[in-house]
Amino acid sequence: MNKIPNRQAICDILVEKANTDKDIVVLCSDSRGSASLAPFADTHPEQFVETGIAEQNIVSIAAGLAKCGKKAYVASPACFLSTRSMEQAKVDVAYSNTNVKLIGISGGVSYGALGMTHHSAQDIASMTSIPNMRVYIPSDRIQTRALFENLLKDEKPAYIRVGRNPVEDVYEEGGLDFEMDRATVVHEGTDLTVIACGELVKPAQKAAGILQEQGISVRVLDMYCVKPIDRAAVEKAAAETGAIITMEEHSQYGGLGAMVSQIVASTAPKKVINLALPDEPVVTGVSKEIFDYYGLNETGLVSIAKELLNR
Amino acid sequence: MNNLKALSFELRKDVLNMIFKAKTGHIGGDFSVMDILVTLYFKHMNVSPETVNDSERDRFILSKGHCVEALYSVLAGRGFFPKADLETYSQFKSKYIGHPTNKVNGIEMNSGSLGHGLSVAVGMALAAKMDKSSYRVYTVMGDGELAEGSVWEGAMAAGHYKLDNLTAVVDRNRLQISGTTEEVMNQDNQDERWSSFGWNVIHAEGNNLEALDKAFEAAKAAKGKPTVIIADTIKGYGVSFMENSKQWHHKIPGQDEYEKAIAELDQRRLAANE
Repeated sequence: MNKIPNRQAICDILVEKANTDKDIVVLCSDSRGSASLAPFADTHPEQFVETGIAEQNIVSIAAGLAKCGKKAYVASPACFLSTRSMEQAKVDVAYSNTNVKLIGISGGVSYGALGMTHHSAQDIASMTSIPNMRVYIPSDRIQTRALFENLLKDEKPAYIRVGRNPVEDVYEEGGLDFEMDRATVVHEGTDLTVIACGELVKPAQKAAGILQEQGISVRVLDMYCVKPIDRAAVEKAAAETGAIITMEEHSQYGGLGAMVSQIVASTAPKKVINLALPDEPVVTGVSKEIFDYYGLNETGLVSIAKELLNR
Repeated sequence: MNNLKALSFELRKDVLNMIFKAKTGHIGGDFSVMDILVTLYFKHMNVSPETVNDSERDRFILSKGHCVEALYSVLAGRGFFPKADLETYSQFKSKYIGHPTNKVNGIEMNSGSLGHGLSVAVGMALAAKMDKSSYRVYTVMGDGELAEGSVWEGAMAAGHYKLDNLTAVVDRNRLQISGTTEEVMNQDNQDERWSSFGWNVIHAEGNNLEALDKAFEAAKAAKGKPTVIIADTIKGYGVSFMENSKQWHHKIPGQDEYEKAIAELDQRRLAANE
């Protein structure tokens, strides 16, 4: 099993690119350890800014740096970055159109038993609602790297959420067909489509394998590009497959499921089921326990899919 | 500085015309901050329409963004865009909206939500240090704005990083929408606050161009720490019945008031020229 968390993949590519690109600046809010960015601070101290525990300040400072030609990468816990600094993200990053990439680390329910203060089950809702803010939630370390290779080439704002723990690879090394802002087809199928993002892509992939053995053909889309969402892939799925199930580590309100439902309802109406976290502080546990408890796993997905298809 | 003093009253007339036509704006704060902006754009800052994209230009952020009418009039007066554009202020589809926007030539950052400008300025000043560039960064905040907690996050970082290329100005007109700053949220001990965060503190008469000039010179000379200029201003400065009156924070003048105000600004402009 892969031991490299997505945040580590981010640090690796930033360290590597910063060797030759002196405009890359990484900012942390006493979060260099939890962001796995201590190696960046150690190897590129002149390109690293520590703001202390000040999530509003870090985003505005990043915007000021970016306005003066820097490529600013802010790494701070997703729970704080996406809500406490939402206004700075809205005004100083998105509205002023500065080249700031906001990296929400330990996203979703990664912090587990630390409770709702440390969960970011609202970040898709908050960040997608801001004009000119893109939202990316990559599924594994390989896709994370491919995503950052592309983000390093553009000059637009973005929010990227990654989890805390290593997750199983979805893709094989060298086997990812990555296109910016296009959903990755993880598994082809015709009976129904599962659209997932982040850490829930892997269980969707596993469920598709299980269902295939039972004669059910499932398409799995890795919608790492939550915004701009790959509308064409959603419409195609609605047209070509019988139903859609969305799965996300987010509140049931304002997340990937809501976005997919909106598209499907207005174009090719098909049944859409949204699997997400409930509208309450989640049960105490580590990520896996939480996912299992709410059926956000391959078993839950298999049973919902069969129910949906009356099999 | 007599010509600039006369200019400051002429630019206040532009502000009054914009607000009278659009029926929206913040006259009181525009008039209190005007001399600070005139000193920066006509005397101190190394930025002009010709150097607006030069990487070595000085940077400015109007953190008290609601006083954008004063900034628009100063930028137009300095030639960043035609003065005729001011007539479109707040009109349907105009880019000249009621808070700073970087769609307007000469404006670096969008602002309007209080408590952001200082932190953004910290980022700009850090970038200058990283690049070993000599440009300076300026921001102007209102005194009511100092109740925003994020101001003090920015102040802490500027002190920590010893950003002597950063100058912040507090437009200390002592009034905000609901009353005096002392009634709403006490702002009287500015010296202790800023100096304890590692700042060099300078006081200046904020509607006196010579005093502001000296303050900005002193800020440039101060090494090893950022400087804040506490500019003691008069809200509504230039029109007697608007001065020190909280209702003129964003009151819109009627026809009579408009005419009286224009006449008084003209009078003061002429007096400054003598």
